Amino acid sequence: MHDEAKTGAGGALPIRVRGATKIYGAVRALDRIDLDVRSGEFLTLLGPSGSGKTTLLMVLAGFTRPDSGSVRFGGREMIRTPPHRREVGMVFQNYALFPHMDVAGNIAFPLRLRGVGRARQKERVDAALATVQLEGFGGRRITQLSGGQKQRVALARAIVFEPRILLMDEPLSALDKKLREHMQIELRRLHEKLGMTTVYVTHDQREALTMSDRVAVINHGRLAQLDEPRALYERPATPFVANFIGESALLPVEESGGEYRYDGEVLRMETPSRGELLLLRPEQLVLLPDGAPDAGEYNRFRGTVGEVVYQGESFITYVRLKGGAEIAVRSVSRRRALAEAPARGSEVLLGLHPSETTLIPGREK
Amino acid sequence: MTALHAAELRRDEAREKWMLFGLAAPAAALVVAVIIVPVGWLFWLSLFNDAGELSADNYARMLASKSYTRIFTTTFKVSLLTTALCVLLGYPLAYFLAQLPRRWAALGMMAVLLPFWTSLLVRTYAWLVVLQRKGLINQWGMELGLWDAPLRLAHNLNGTLIGMAHIMLPFLVLPLYAAMKAIDADYIRAAANLGAAPASAFRHVFFPLSLPGLFAGVTIVFVLCLGFFVTPAVLGGGKVIMVSMKIETLVDLFFNFGTASALGVVLLALTLLVLFAAHKLLRLDKVLGGGA
Repeated sequence: MHDEAKTGAGGALPIRVRGATKIYGAVRALDRIDLDVRSGEFLTLLGPSGSGKTTLLMVLAGFTRPDSGSVRFGGREMIRTPPHRREVGMVFQNYALFPHMDVAGNIAFPLRLRGVGRARQKERVDAALATVQLEGFGGRRITQLSGGQKQRVALARAIVFEPRILLMDEPLSALDKKLREHMQIELRRLHEKLGMTTVYVTHDQREALTMSDRVAVINHGRLAQLDEPRALYERPATPFVANFIGESALLPVEESGGEYRYDGEVLRMETPSRGELLLLRPEQLVLLPDGAPDAGEYNRFRGTVGEVVYQGESFITYVRLKGGAEIAVRSVSRRRALAEAPARGSEVLLGLHPSETTLIPGREK
Repeated sequence: MTALHAAELRRDEAREKWMLFGLAAPAAALVVAVIIVPVGWLFWLSLFNDAGELSADNYARMLASKSYTRIFTTTFKVSLLTTALCVLLGYPLAYFLAQLPRRWAALGMMAVLLPFWTSLLVRTYAWLVVLQRKGLINQWGMELGLWDAPLRLAHNLNGTLIGMAHIMLPFLVLPLYAAMKAIDADYIRAAANLGAAPASAFRHVFFPLSLPGLFAGVTIVFVLCLGFFVTPAVLGGGKVIMVSMKIETLVDLFFNFGTASALGVVLLALTLLVLFAAHKLLRLDKVLGGGA
């Protein structure tokens, strides 16, 4: 997937973090983190605010000195290397574009520091501007740029000196939703083109799933799970991951003799999984027609309808199960489905296909 | 269709404007009473010669006489040197304070402002005690054998500059510190990330971004220096004659209100000119450096 042809001058570098620990007073911002980022990979650090994901990025960039641990870029130990000698590109959350320089000045800054000649500087600045689709913007002042343009300039500045590692700290959080979604795709494309090893920080799980090769979920300074987006969504390793990524209800199940039961009913699974909690995603559940005969197709749950909330492309039906838990069912808003949506207070039958039936561990790692 | 409530809404808006204006009225009246009127009176006085006739004699004399030119030169020289001293001392101090954690910075700031708690006159005479021929510095310096004859630190330009720089320093440090505190740490991080060693990040990023604060401080100090009286009068020992001191002599000794007023008017005009130039400079800087 990451062939040599698309990598930069020296090729991408893998990152290896071992035992990274940072303690602020009573808070363990990083708690013995081990992390391997593959060469040329787009890896996202995902977690709630205060989880330690930004601290980890700052450790990679060299701005935060951990209490202990090792950070290697392609085999070279970097833990004591100051930031200005790490040769990693970085896009800051607020862009940190120098307001006293114009766009070209900002992008040329790293080249100037590296003693690149003026003519060559201009060539490379123009090339970087073209890469981020801002041809002809070199003379603009930073204050004249829109949020999306600043974002692109920050990116151009971070890649113009061809670093082999690119770090991004919530670079899209200041943009409005439409532009953010557009930039997600664009950043992803750019990554494919440039092939740098990229570590991206976000608290937006959807963004993480959209853009990443793999996602590292961080919570309380620890790595909760590191997996590809689908695996993360379909087989969360802990209740925290299940709740943080997508919506989910977790129902406690009873185990006896290798069988799992919820509310007395045996749960059928296509792919066996073990655990104490049944993972229910709103879009996995199906509203079954009233009095449908049990064809054995679905695991069935009985419940009472609470509210029905219309959300445009889909609608949510809240159902209180016999066991007491309240769960949400998401259905696509076809006119027919809407017309047949069960009324509040009515009894309803929900189906969960065995291929979607997944158990997860009940405890955090 | 008529616009609903348009007239009433317009009236409400007008009334609010008048209320705001009313709130500003006491301050406006005070400014007129204590600034506009006296300055106007000063200007009026400067237009009469010794015989009490309306004339431009007072201004003509200033242009003709070498001694007046020298006084203005001295005033600007002392102000410039004091400002330069303040920049040399104040920039590192403000930088140091801006790097400290908040609590320590507050403490340091108190130390900078401490001199404001005592009267200007007391501070100036304190400097005289320290700097004069048989003052603390000369006594200790000679006892330690650092120098043989007493250094001339007071009653001359040296003393004036030392005293004035001390008194003006907070006026430079305060705006500079505020400007430095406002520089986002991410700018410096970004510079480092892009390959700038600490000294280089300072030169290319931190220093240019601190310039608006520096210009503000320099302007305040320079303008305050132009009209300074007490410190040069006490520490200059009569060798450093500034405009304000000449005005005092003219009024106190010669009862020459006309010439004194003309001097005051010229000094005021020059001060306004400096302020105007600084304003232009600052505006230019805002265009270059405003906002993130």
